[in-house]
Amino acid sequence: MSPVPALEVDQLTKTYASGVQALKGVSLTVQPGDFFALLGPNGAGKSTLIGILSSLVNASGGDARVFGHSIHRERRAAMQMIGLVPQELNFNIFETPFQICVNSAGFYGIARDVAMQRAEKYLRELSLWEKMDAPARTLSGGMKRRLMIARAMMNEPRLLILDEPTAGVDIEIRRAMWRFVSEINRAGTTVILTTHYLEEAEQLCRNIAIIDKGTIIENTSMKHLLGKLDVETFVLDVTANDAALPDVPGVRIVRLDEHTLEAEMSRTHDLNSLFAALSARGITVTSMRNKANRLEELFVRLVESNAGVAAA
Amino acid sequence: MNASNHLVALGTIVRREVSRIMRIWSQTLLPPAITMTLYFVVFGSLLGKNIKIHEHSYIDYIVPGLIMMSVIQNAYGNISSSFFGAKFGRYVEEMLVSPMPSWVILTGYVAGAVVRGLIVGAIVLGLSYFFTHTRIAHPFATLAAVLLAAVVFALAGFVNAVYAKKFDDVAIVPTFVLTPLTYLGGVFYSVEMLPQPWHTVSMANPILYMVNAFRYGLLGTSDVNLWLAFGVMVAATVILGAVAMRLLHRGVGLRA
Repeated sequence: MSPVPALEVDQLTKTYASGVQALKGVSLTVQPGDFFALLGPNGAGKSTLIGILSSLVNASGGDARVFGHSIHRERRAAMQMIGLVPQELNFNIFETPFQICVNSAGFYGIARDVAMQRAEKYLRELSLWEKMDAPARTLSGGMKRRLMIARAMMNEPRLLILDEPTAGVDIEIRRAMWRFVSEINRAGTTVILTTHYLEEAEQLCRNIAIIDKGTIIENTSMKHLLGKLDVETFVLDVTANDAALPDVPGVRIVRLDEHTLEAEMSRTHDLNSLFAALSARGITVTSMRNKANRLEELFVRLVESNAGVAAA
Repeated sequence: MNASNHLVALGTIVRREVSRIMRIWSQTLLPPAITMTLYFVVFGSLLGKNIKIHEHSYIDYIVPGLIMMSVIQNAYGNISSSFFGAKFGRYVEEMLVSPMPSWVILTGYVAGAVVRGLIVGAIVLGLSYFFTHTRIAHPFATLAAVLLAAVVFALAGFVNAVYAKKFDDVAIVPTFVLTPLTYLGGVFYSVEMLPQPWHTVSMANPILYMVNAFRYGLLGTSDVNLWLAFGVMVAATVILGAVAMRLLHRGVGLRA
Protein backbone atom coordinates (compact mmCIF):
# COMPACT_ATOMS: atom_id res chain seq x y z
CA MET A 1 0.00 0.00 0.00
CA SER A 2 1.42 3.40 -0.96
CA PRO A 3 1.94 5.84 1.91
CA VAL A 4 -0.54 8.65 2.52
CA PRO A 5 0.81 11.71 0.69
CA ALA A 6 2.15 14.49 2.87
CA LEU A 7 0.06 16.89 0.83
CA GLU A 8 -2.64 16.43 -1.76
CA VAL A 9 -3.96 19.62 -3.30
CA ASP A 10 -7.14 19.02 -5.24
CA GLN A 11 -8.49 21.65 -7.62
CA LEU A 12 -7.93 24.57 -5.25
CA THR A 13 -9.32 27.86 -6.44
CA LYS A 14 -9.16 31.32 -4.94
CA THR A 15 -10.82 34.48 -6.15
CA TYR A 16 -10.22 37.52 -3.94
CA ALA A 17 -12.93 40.07 -3.18
CA SER A 18 -11.20 42.38 -5.67
CA GLY A 19 -12.03 39.85 -8.41
CA VAL A 20 -8.43 38.71 -8.85
CA GLN A 21 -8.36 34.98 -9.57
CA ALA A 22 -5.19 33.91 -7.76
CA LEU A 23 -5.63 30.13 -8.11
CA LYS A 24 -7.41 28.46 -11.02
CA GLY A 25 -7.83 24.85 -9.98
CA VAL A 26 -4.41 23.94 -8.63
CA SER A 27 -3.70 20.25 -8.01
CA LEU A 28 -0.46 18.66 -6.86
CA THR A 29 0.83 15.91 -4.63
CA VAL A 30 3.83 15.93 -2.31
CA GLN A 31 5.07 12.62 -1.00
CA PRO A 32 6.20 12.10 2.60
CA GLY A 33 9.87 12.93 3.15
CA ASP A 34 10.12 14.97 -0.02
CA PHE A 35 11.97 18.27 -0.36
CA PHE A 36 9.61 19.97 -2.76
CA ALA A 37 10.13 23.26 -4.58
CA LEU A 38 7.14 25.44 -5.39
CA LEU A 39 8.38 28.09 -7.77
CA GLY A 40 6.75 30.85 -9.71
CA PRO A 41 7.14 34.51 -10.57
CA ASN A 42 5.81 37.21 -8.27
CA GLY A 43 2.02 37.15 -8.16
CA ALA A 44 1.84 33.61 -9.55
CA GLY A 45 -0.24 32.32 -6.62
CA LYS A 46 2.44 30.67 -4.45
CA SER A 47 1.68 32.64 -1.31
CA THR A 48 -2.07 32.28 -1.83
CA LEU A 49 -1.66 28.52 -2.05
CA ILE A 50 0.50 28.47 1.08
CA GLY A 51 -1.98 30.80 2.79
CA ILE A 52 -4.81 28.37 2.11
CA LEU A 53 -2.79 25.38 3.28
CA SER A 54 -1.89 27.15 6.51
CA SER A 55 -5.39 28.46 7.18
CA LEU A 56 -4.59 32.14 6.59
CA VAL A 57 -6.59 32.41 3.37
CA ASN A 58 -10.08 31.03 2.75
CA ALA A 59 -10.23 28.89 -0.40
CA SER A 60 -12.98 29.62 -2.93
CA GLY A 61 -13.14 25.98 -4.01
CA GLY A 62 -11.38 22.64 -3.92
CA ASP A 63 -9.69 20.94 -1.01
CA ALA A 64 -6.28 19.96 0.29
CA ARG A 65 -5.31 17.10 2.57
CA VAL A 66 -2.32 17.10 4.89
CA PHE A 67 -1.35 13.49 5.61
CA GLY A 68 -4.92 12.56 4.72
CA HIS A 69 -6.62 15.27 6.81
CA SER A 70 -8.78 17.74 4.91
CA ILE A 71 -7.95 21.38 5.68
CA HIS A 72 -11.70 22.10 5.58
CA ARG A 73 -13.28 19.16 7.39
CA GLU A 74 -10.39 18.26 9.74
CA ARG A 75 -8.68 21.62 10.03
CA ARG A 76 -7.27 21.05 13.51
CA ALA A 77 -5.73 17.68 12.65
CA ALA A 78 -4.26 19.15 9.46
CA MET A 79 -2.88 22.24 11.20
CA GLN A 80 -1.31 20.09 13.91
CA MET A 81 1.00 18.65 11.25
CA ILE A 82 2.06 21.88 9.56
CA GLY A 83 4.87 24.24 10.48
CA LEU A 84 4.85 27.53 8.59
CA VAL A 85 7.68 29.95 7.95
CA PRO A 86 5.90 32.83 6.26
CA GLN A 87 7.34 35.35 3.86
CA GLU A 88 6.64 38.35 6.09
CA LEU A 89 7.83 38.69 9.68
CA ASN A 90 4.85 37.92 11.91
CA PHE A 91 5.89 37.78 15.53
CA ASN A 92 5.44 40.22 18.37
CA ILE A 93 8.57 42.37 18.26
CA PHE A 94 8.20 43.21 21.95
CA GLU A 95 8.52 39.57 22.99
CA THR A 96 11.78 37.66 23.26
CA PRO A 97 12.70 34.72 21.00
CA PHE A 98 12.20 32.37 23.94
CA GLN A 99 8.71 33.75 24.68
CA ILE A 100 7.78 33.65 21.00
CA CYS A 101 8.75 29.99 20.70
CA VAL A 102 7.17 28.89 23.99
CA ASN A 103 3.93 30.76 23.23
CA SER A 104 3.77 29.26 19.76
CA ALA A 105 4.06 25.78 21.25
CA GLY A 106 1.33 26.69 23.72
CA PHE A 107 -1.04 27.48 20.86
CA TYR A 108 -0.55 23.87 19.75
CA GLY A 109 -1.44 22.65 23.25
CA ILE A 110 2.14 21.62 24.07
CA ALA A 111 2.78 21.64 27.83
CA ARG A 112 4.96 24.50 29.01
CA ASP A 113 7.85 22.36 30.31
CA VAL A 114 8.07 20.52 26.97
CA ALA A 115 7.75 23.83 25.11
CA MET A 116 10.64 25.32 27.07
CA GLN A 117 12.87 22.33 26.29
CA ARG A 118 12.03 22.53 22.59
CA ALA A 119 12.56 26.30 22.53
CA GLU A 120 16.06 25.81 23.93
CA LYS A 121 16.78 22.99 21.48
CA TYR A 122 15.75 24.89 18.34
CA LEU A 123 17.09 28.28 19.42
CA ARG A 124 20.45 26.61 20.05
CA GLU A 125 20.37 24.75 16.73
CA LEU A 126 19.66 27.99 14.91
CA SER A 127 22.33 29.90 16.86
CA LEU A 128 19.82 32.13 18.61
CA TRP A 129 20.22 30.94 22.19
CA GLU A 130 22.49 33.88 23.06
CA LYS A 131 19.60 36.17 22.11
CA MET A 132 16.85 34.23 23.88
CA ASP A 133 16.01 37.13 26.23
CA ALA A 134 16.55 40.00 23.80
CA PRO A 135 13.43 41.75 22.50
CA ALA A 136 12.80 40.41 19.00
CA ARG A 137 12.86 43.93 17.56
CA THR A 138 16.58 44.14 18.38
CA LEU A 139 17.50 41.05 16.32
CA SER A 140 19.18 41.35 12.92
CA GLY A 141 17.27 40.47 9.76
CA GLY A 142 18.92 37.05 9.52
CA MET A 143 18.18 36.30 13.17
CA LYS A 144 14.52 37.19 12.69
CA ARG A 145 14.33 34.75 9.76
CA ARG A 146 15.95 32.01 11.83
CA LEU A 147 13.60 32.77 14.70
CA MET A 148 10.64 32.08 12.41
CA ILE A 149 12.16 28.71 11.51
CA ALA A 150 12.70 27.88 15.21
CA ARG A 151 9.10 28.89 15.95
CA ALA A 152 7.78 26.74 13.08
CA MET A 153 9.60 23.74 14.56
CA MET A 154 7.98 24.05 17.99
CA ASN A 155 5.14 21.66 17.13
CA GLU A 156 7.67 19.35 15.41
CA PRO A 157 5.65 19.39 12.20
CA ARG A 158 5.55 16.54 9.70
CA LEU A 159 5.18 19.12 6.92
CA LEU A 160 7.32 22.26 7.03
CA ILE A 161 6.34 25.02 4.60
CA LEU A 162 8.96 27.68 3.92
CA ASP A 163 7.73 30.70 1.98
CA GLU A 164 10.81 32.54 0.73
CA PRO A 165 12.60 32.08 4.05
CA THR A 166 15.95 33.42 2.86
CA ALA A 167 14.73 36.62 1.21
CA GLY A 168 17.22 39.36 2.02
CA VAL A 169 19.49 37.08 4.04
CA ASP A 170 23.24 37.03 3.42
CA ILE A 171 24.84 33.97 1.87
CA GLU A 172 26.47 32.65 5.04
CA ILE A 173 23.25 32.68 7.05
CA ARG A 174 21.37 31.29 4.06
CA ARG A 175 23.69 28.30 3.90
CA ALA A 176 23.39 27.73 7.64
CA MET A 177 19.60 27.80 7.30
CA TRP A 178 19.67 25.28 4.48
CA ARG A 179 21.94 22.99 6.45
CA PHE A 180 19.39 23.04 9.27
CA VAL A 181 16.41 22.46 6.97
CA SER A 182 18.24 19.68 5.11
CA GLU A 183 18.89 17.91 8.40
CA ILE A 184 15.23 18.26 9.35
CA ASN A 185 14.30 16.80 5.98
CA ARG A 186 16.75 13.91 6.36
CA ALA A 187 15.16 13.19 9.74
CA GLY A 188 11.83 12.66 7.97
CA THR A 189 10.08 16.03 7.81
CA THR A 190 8.54 16.82 4.44
CA VAL A 191 9.62 20.27 3.26
CA ILE A 192 7.91 22.57 0.77
CA LEU A 193 10.02 25.53 -0.28
CA THR A 194 9.31 28.62 -2.28
CA THR A 195 12.29 30.77 -3.15
CA HIS A 196 13.56 33.18 -5.75
CA TYR A 197 17.07 31.78 -5.36
CA LEU A 198 16.69 29.05 -7.96
CA GLU A 199 20.13 27.59 -7.41
CA GLU A 200 18.96 26.77 -3.88
CA ALA A 201 15.91 24.96 -5.19
CA GLU A 202 18.08 23.07 -7.68
CA GLN A 203 20.51 21.94 -5.00
CA LEU A 204 18.00 21.12 -2.27
CA CYS A 205 14.78 19.91 -3.85
CA ARG A 206 13.98 16.52 -5.34
CA ASN A 207 10.64 17.47 -6.87
CA ILE A 208 9.30 20.68 -8.22
CA ALA A 209 6.11 22.43 -9.28
CA ILE A 210 6.10 25.69 -11.18
CA ILE A 211 3.04 27.84 -10.82
CA ASP A 212 2.21 30.78 -13.04
CA LYS A 213 -0.93 32.88 -13.22
CA GLY A 214 -2.69 30.58 -10.76
CA THR A 215 -2.01 27.39 -12.72
CA ILE A 216 0.58 24.63 -12.31
CA ILE A 217 2.58 24.66 -15.53
CA GLU A 218 5.12 22.01 -14.54
CA ASN A 219 5.10 19.35 -11.84
CA THR A 220 7.83 16.76 -11.99
CA SER A 221 11.12 15.62 -10.48
CA MET A 222 14.01 18.06 -10.49
CA LYS A 223 16.10 15.52 -12.41
CA HIS A 224 13.48 15.13 -15.10
CA LEU A 225 12.96 18.84 -15.41
CA LEU A 226 16.64 19.61 -15.71
CA GLY A 227 16.92 16.84 -18.31
CA LYS A 228 14.61 18.89 -20.52
CA LEU A 229 17.16 21.64 -20.81
CA ASP A 230 18.83 21.05 -24.20
CA VAL A 231 20.67 24.35 -24.60
CA GLU A 232 23.40 25.81 -22.43
CA THR A 233 24.95 29.24 -22.52
CA PHE A 234 28.57 29.82 -21.50
CA VAL A 235 30.28 33.08 -20.75
CA LEU A 236 33.91 33.01 -21.91
CA ASP A 237 36.56 35.38 -20.60
CA VAL A 238 39.09 35.91 -23.37
CA THR A 239 42.32 37.82 -23.97
CA ALA A 240 41.77 41.15 -25.72
CA ASN A 241 41.48 40.46 -29.42
CA ASP A 242 39.52 42.20 -32.16
CA ALA A 243 39.72 39.26 -34.59
CA ALA A 244 36.46 38.27 -36.30
CA LEU A 245 34.53 35.58 -34.45
CA PRO A 246 34.72 32.09 -35.97
CA ASP A 247 31.70 30.36 -37.45
CA VAL A 248 31.21 27.10 -35.53
CA PRO A 249 28.29 24.89 -36.66
CA GLY A 250 25.69 24.51 -33.89
CA VAL A 251 27.16 27.31 -31.78
CA ARG A 252 25.96 30.91 -31.58
CA ILE A 253 28.83 33.15 -30.50
CA VAL A 254 28.27 36.77 -29.47
CA ARG A 255 30.89 39.29 -28.36
CA LEU A 256 29.70 41.07 -25.22
CA ASP A 257 32.78 43.27 -24.86
CA GLU A 258 36.47 43.25 -25.63
CA HIS A 259 37.16 40.57 -23.01
CA THR A 260 33.94 38.59 -22.98
CA LEU A 261 32.15 36.23 -25.39
CA GLU A 262 28.89 34.37 -24.99
CA ALA A 263 28.41 30.95 -26.61
CA GLU A 264 25.04 29.20 -26.79
CA MET A 265 25.03 25.56 -27.86
CA SER A 266 23.30 22.23 -27.47
CA ARG A 267 24.12 20.40 -24.23
CA THR A 268 25.48 17.52 -26.31
CA HIS A 269 27.72 19.73 -28.45
CA ASP A 270 31.44 19.20 -27.85
CA LEU A 271 33.41 22.15 -26.53
CA ASN A 272 36.67 21.17 -28.26
CA SER A 273 35.53 22.42 -31.68
CA LEU A 274 34.63 25.77 -30.14
CA PHE A 275 38.00 26.12 -28.41
CA ALA A 276 39.83 25.02 -31.58
CA ALA A 277 37.99 27.58 -33.73
CA LEU A 278 38.68 30.36 -31.25
CA SER A 279 42.30 29.36 -30.98
CA ALA A 280 42.64 29.41 -34.78
CA ARG A 281 41.58 33.08 -34.69
CA GLY A 282 44.13 33.82 -31.99
CA ILE A 283 41.51 34.14 -29.26
CA THR A 284 42.62 32.61 -25.96
CA VAL A 285 39.99 31.55 -23.42
CA THR A 286 41.19 32.31 -19.90
CA SER A 287 38.07 31.10 -18.03
CA MET A 288 34.46 30.12 -18.60
CA ARG A 289 31.21 29.74 -16.60
CA ASN A 290 27.54 28.99 -17.10
CA LYS A 291 25.59 32.13 -17.85
CA ALA A 292 22.77 31.12 -15.48
CA ASN A 293 22.02 28.05 -13.46
CA ARG A 294 20.10 25.39 -15.32
CA LEU A 295 16.91 25.69 -13.33
CA GLU A 296 16.85 29.42 -13.83
CA GLU A 297 17.05 28.99 -17.60
CA LEU A 298 14.23 26.43 -17.59
CA PHE A 299 12.14 28.52 -15.25
CA VAL A 300 12.39 31.59 -17.46
CA ARG A 301 11.55 29.56 -20.56
CA LEU A 302 8.52 27.88 -19.01
CA VAL A 303 7.11 31.12 -17.67
CA GLU A 304 7.74 32.90 -20.98
CA SER A 305 6.10 30.12 -22.97
CA ASN A 306 3.14 30.18 -20.56
CA ALA A 307 2.86 33.93 -21.12
CA GLY A 308 2.79 33.21 -24.87
CA VAL A 309 0.02 30.64 -24.40
CA ALA A 310 -1.98 33.05 -22.25
CA ALA A 311 -1.55 35.85 -24.80
CA ALA A 312 -2.66 33.55 -27.63
CA MET B 1 -6.39 18.77 20.35
CA ASN B 2 -8.08 17.44 23.47
CA ALA B 3 -9.43 19.33 26.49
CA SER B 4 -6.02 19.38 28.14
CA ASN B 5 -4.41 20.89 25.00
CA HIS B 6 -7.18 23.49 24.91
CA LEU B 7 -6.40 24.45 28.49
CA VAL B 8 -2.71 24.83 27.67
CA ALA B 9 -3.55 27.02 24.66
CA LEU B 10 -5.98 29.10 26.72
CA GLY B 11 -3.42 29.51 29.49
CA THR B 12 -0.85 30.64 26.92
CA ILE B 13 -3.06 33.45 25.63
CA VAL B 14 -4.06 34.56 29.13
CA ARG B 15 -0.44 34.53 30.32
CA ARG B 16 0.62 36.54 27.28
CA GLU B 17 -2.15 39.07 27.87
CA VAL B 18 -1.43 39.47 31.58
CA SER B 19 2.27 39.77 30.82
CA ARG B 20 1.44 42.57 28.36
CA ILE B 21 -0.73 44.37 30.94
CA MET B 22 2.09 44.23 33.49
CA ARG B 23 4.82 45.14 30.99
CA ILE B 24 3.08 48.36 30.02
CA TRP B 25 1.57 49.08 33.46
CA SER B 26 2.14 52.79 33.03
CA GLN B 27 -0.32 52.70 30.13
CA THR B 28 -2.73 50.08 31.46
CA LEU B 29 -2.94 50.50 35.24
CA LEU B 30 -1.64 53.94 36.16
CA PRO B 31 -3.90 56.23 34.05
CA PRO B 32 -7.23 54.94 35.45
CA ALA B 33 -5.84 55.22 38.98
CA ILE B 34 -4.94 58.89 38.43
CA THR B 35 -8.21 59.71 36.63
CA MET B 36 -10.39 58.08 39.26
CA THR B 37 -8.48 59.77 42.10
CA LEU B 38 -9.29 63.10 40.44
CA TYR B 39 -12.97 62.11 40.22
CA PHE B 40 -12.95 61.23 43.92
CA VAL B 41 -11.31 64.52 44.82
CA VAL B 42 -13.35 66.82 42.58
CA PHE B 43 -16.79 65.22 42.56
CA GLY B 44 -16.66 63.38 45.85
CA SER B 45 -14.72 65.51 48.31
CA LEU B 46 -15.02 69.03 46.87
CA LEU B 47 -18.28 69.39 44.93
CA GLY B 48 -20.35 66.57 46.35
CA LYS B 49 -19.84 66.91 50.09
CA ASN B 50 -23.31 68.43 50.62
CA ILE B 51 -25.14 66.14 48.20
CA LYS B 52 -27.01 63.01 49.25
CA ILE B 53 -28.64 60.47 46.92
CA HIS B 54 -30.83 57.65 48.28
CA GLU B 55 -29.56 58.43 51.78
CA HIS B 56 -25.95 57.90 50.71
CA SER B 57 -23.28 60.57 50.70
CA TYR B 58 -22.42 61.61 47.15
CA ILE B 59 -18.95 60.07 47.25
CA ASP B 60 -20.40 56.76 48.48
CA TYR B 61 -22.96 56.93 45.69
CA ILE B 62 -20.46 57.51 42.88
CA VAL B 63 -17.84 54.99 44.03
CA PRO B 64 -19.63 51.95 42.46
CA GLY B 65 -20.20 53.86 39.20
CA LEU B 66 -16.59 54.99 38.99
CA ILE B 67 -15.31 51.47 39.65
CA MET B 68 -17.66 50.09 37.02
CA MET B 69 -16.64 52.82 34.57
CA SER B 70 -12.98 51.86 35.05
CA VAL B 71 -13.73 48.17 34.62
CA ILE B 72 -15.75 48.71 31.44
CA GLN B 73 -13.28 51.09 29.81
CA ASN B 74 -10.25 48.98 30.64
CA ALA B 75 -11.76 45.65 29.62
CA TYR B 76 -12.82 47.21 26.33
CA GLY B 77 -9.56 49.06 25.80
CA ASN B 78 -7.40 46.05 26.62
CA ILE B 79 -8.92 43.65 24.14
CA SER B 80 -9.44 46.15 21.35
CA SER B 81 -5.86 47.43 21.45
CA SER B 82 -4.27 44.03 22.11
CA PHE B 83 -6.16 42.11 19.44
CA PHE B 84 -5.88 44.91 16.90
CA GLY B 85 -2.16 45.12 17.72
CA ALA B 86 -1.87 41.40 16.98
CA LYS B 87 -3.65 41.96 13.66
CA PHE B 88 -1.56 45.02 12.81
CA GLY B 89 1.71 43.28 13.73
CA ARG B 90 0.49 40.12 11.95
CA TYR B 91 1.29 37.94 14.95
CA VAL B 92 -2.38 37.00 15.17
CA GLU B 93 -1.29 34.58 12.41
CA GLU B 94 0.57 32.56 15.05
CA MET B 95 -2.82 31.63 16.44
CA LEU B 96 -4.66 31.32 13.13
CA VAL B 97 -2.20 28.74 11.76
CA SER B 98 -2.41 26.67 14.93
CA PRO B 99 -5.02 23.97 15.54
CA MET B 100 -6.48 26.07 18.36
CA PRO B 101 -10.27 26.40 18.03
CA SER B 102 -11.81 29.86 17.69
CA TRP B 103 -13.48 29.68 21.09
CA VAL B 104 -10.13 29.26 22.81
CA ILE B 105 -8.77 32.37 21.08
CA LEU B 106 -11.85 34.38 22.04
CA THR B 107 -11.94 33.08 25.62
CA GLY B 108 -8.24 33.79 26.08
CA TYR B 109 -8.49 37.39 24.93
CA VAL B 110 -11.70 37.97 26.91
CA ALA B 111 -10.07 36.52 30.02
CA GLY B 112 -7.10 38.85 29.57
CA ALA B 113 -9.43 41.83 29.27
CA VAL B 114 -11.42 40.75 32.33
CA VAL B 115 -8.20 40.40 34.33
CA ARG B 116 -7.22 43.99 33.46
CA GLY B 117 -10.75 45.20 34.25
CA LEU B 118 -10.65 43.48 37.64
CA ILE B 119 -7.15 44.71 38.50
CA VAL B 120 -8.11 48.28 37.66
CA GLY B 121 -11.42 47.86 39.52
CA ALA B 122 -9.53 46.64 42.59
CA ILE B 123 -7.11 49.59 42.36
CA VAL B 124 -9.99 52.07 42.16
CA LEU B 125 -11.79 50.34 45.04
CA GLY B 126 -8.58 50.57 47.05
CA LEU B 127 -8.19 54.27 46.22
CA SER B 128 -11.78 54.91 47.30
CA TYR B 129 -10.81 54.00 50.87
CA PHE B 130 -8.74 57.18 51.02
CA PHE B 131 -11.98 59.15 50.60
CA THR B 132 -14.75 57.03 52.14
CA HIS B 133 -15.40 53.69 53.83
CA THR B 134 -16.82 51.59 51.02
CA ARG B 135 -18.42 48.38 52.24
CA ILE B 136 -19.60 45.49 50.13
CA ALA B 137 -23.24 44.83 51.01
CA HIS B 138 -23.78 41.85 48.66
CA PRO B 139 -20.46 40.24 47.66
CA PHE B 140 -21.95 37.72 45.21
CA ALA B 141 -23.99 40.35 43.35
CA THR B 142 -20.92 42.63 43.31
CA LEU B 143 -18.69 39.95 41.82
CA ALA B 144 -21.32 38.75 39.33
CA ALA B 145 -22.02 42.31 38.14
CA VAL B 146 -18.38 43.26 37.68
CA LEU B 147 -17.52 39.99 35.93
CA LEU B 148 -20.47 40.14 33.55
CA ALA B 149 -19.89 43.80 32.71
CA ALA B 150 -16.21 43.12 32.02
CA VAL B 151 -17.10 40.15 29.78
CA VAL B 152 -19.73 42.14 27.85
CA PHE B 153 -17.35 44.99 27.09
CA ALA B 154 -14.45 42.67 26.39
CA LEU B 155 -16.60 40.98 23.74
CA ALA B 156 -17.65 44.37 22.35
CA GLY B 157 -13.99 45.43 22.22
CA PHE B 158 -13.11 42.23 20.40
CA VAL B 159 -15.75 42.88 17.73
CA ASN B 160 -14.40 46.42 17.38
CA ALA B 161 -10.85 45.08 16.92
CA VAL B 162 -11.95 42.55 14.32
CA TYR B 163 -13.47 45.27 12.15
CA ALA B 164 -10.78 47.88 12.83
CA LYS B 165 -8.45 48.59 9.94
CA LYS B 166 -6.36 51.27 11.61
CA PHE B 167 -5.64 52.39 15.20
CA ASP B 168 -8.12 55.28 14.82
CA ASP B 169 -10.91 52.73 14.39
CA VAL B 170 -10.10 51.32 17.82
CA ALA B 171 -10.28 54.79 19.45
CA ILE B 172 -13.55 55.93 17.84
CA VAL B 173 -15.94 53.67 19.75
CA PRO B 174 -14.61 54.49 23.26
CA THR B 175 -14.63 58.20 22.47
CA PHE B 176 -17.96 58.55 20.75
CA VAL B 177 -19.98 55.65 22.17
CA LEU B 178 -18.53 54.22 25.36
CA THR B 179 -17.73 57.44 27.23
CA PRO B 180 -21.12 59.13 26.55
CA LEU B 181 -23.01 55.96 27.47
CA THR B 182 -21.00 55.64 30.68
CA TYR B 183 -21.55 59.27 31.72
CA LEU B 184 -25.27 58.93 30.95
CA GLY B 185 -25.45 55.51 32.61
CA GLY B 186 -26.10 56.73 36.15
CA VAL B 187 -22.51 56.87 37.33
CA PHE B 188 -22.89 60.38 38.78
CA TYR B 189 -26.63 60.55 39.39
CA SER B 190 -29.72 58.48 40.02
CA VAL B 191 -31.70 57.91 36.86
CA GLU B 192 -34.82 58.65 38.92
CA MET B 193 -33.70 62.27 39.04
CA LEU B 194 -34.14 62.58 35.27
CA PRO B 195 -37.34 64.09 33.81
CA GLN B 196 -39.26 62.32 31.06
CA PRO B 197 -38.49 61.45 28.30
CA TRP B 198 -34.83 61.21 29.41
CA HIS B 199 -35.66 58.75 32.15
CA THR B 200 -37.20 56.36 29.60
CA VAL B 201 -34.41 56.99 27.08
CA SER B 202 -31.83 56.18 29.76
CA MET B 203 -33.42 52.78 30.27
CA ALA B 204 -32.12 51.81 26.79
CA ASN B 205 -28.54 52.33 27.97
CA PRO B 206 -27.05 48.94 28.91
CA ILE B 207 -24.41 50.57 31.11
CA LEU B 208 -27.19 51.85 33.40
CA TYR B 209 -28.01 48.24 34.31
CA MET B 210 -24.39 47.35 34.95
CA VAL B 211 -23.75 50.37 37.16
CA ASN B 212 -26.93 49.77 39.14
CA ALA B 213 -26.33 46.05 39.58
CA PHE B 214 -22.86 46.84 40.89
CA ARG B 215 -24.18 49.65 43.08
CA TYR B 216 -26.67 47.20 44.55
CA GLY B 217 -23.76 44.88 45.32
CA LEU B 218 -21.80 47.58 47.14
CA LEU B 219 -24.50 49.81 48.64
CA GLY B 220 -27.67 47.71 48.46
CA THR B 221 -29.30 50.44 46.29
CA SER B 222 -30.42 50.19 42.66
CA ASP B 223 -32.52 52.30 40.31
CA VAL B 224 -33.48 49.26 38.25
CA ASN B 225 -34.82 45.79 38.93
CA LEU B 226 -31.87 43.54 39.79
CA TRP B 227 -33.10 40.59 37.74
CA LEU B 228 -33.62 42.83 34.74
CA ALA B 229 -30.11 44.21 35.18
CA PHE B 230 -28.52 40.76 35.24
CA GLY B 231 -30.83 39.65 32.42
CA VAL B 232 -29.56 42.50 30.23
CA MET B 233 -25.95 41.60 30.97
CA VAL B 234 -26.44 37.89 30.30
CA ALA B 235 -28.31 38.64 27.05
CA ALA B 236 -25.57 41.04 25.92
CA THR B 237 -22.94 38.40 26.72
CA VAL B 238 -24.74 35.75 24.68
CA ILE B 239 -25.40 38.03 21.69
CA LEU B 240 -21.92 39.57 21.56
CA GLY B 241 -20.31 36.19 22.20
CA ALA B 242 -22.20 34.69 19.26
CA VAL B 243 -21.27 37.61 17.00
CA ALA B 244 -17.59 37.40 17.99
CA MET B 245 -17.50 33.63 17.43
CA ARG B 246 -19.10 33.97 14.02
CA LEU B 247 -16.62 36.67 12.99
CA LEU B 248 -13.69 34.54 14.15
CA HIS B 249 -15.02 31.41 12.51
CA ARG B 250 -15.50 33.18 9.18
CA GLY B 251 -12.17 34.93 9.54
CA VAL B 252 -13.67 38.39 9.02
CA GLY B 253 -10.84 40.93 9.05
CA LEU B 254 -8.36 38.11 9.66
CA ARG B 255 -8.33 35.76 6.68
CA ALA B 256 -8.23 36.93 3.06
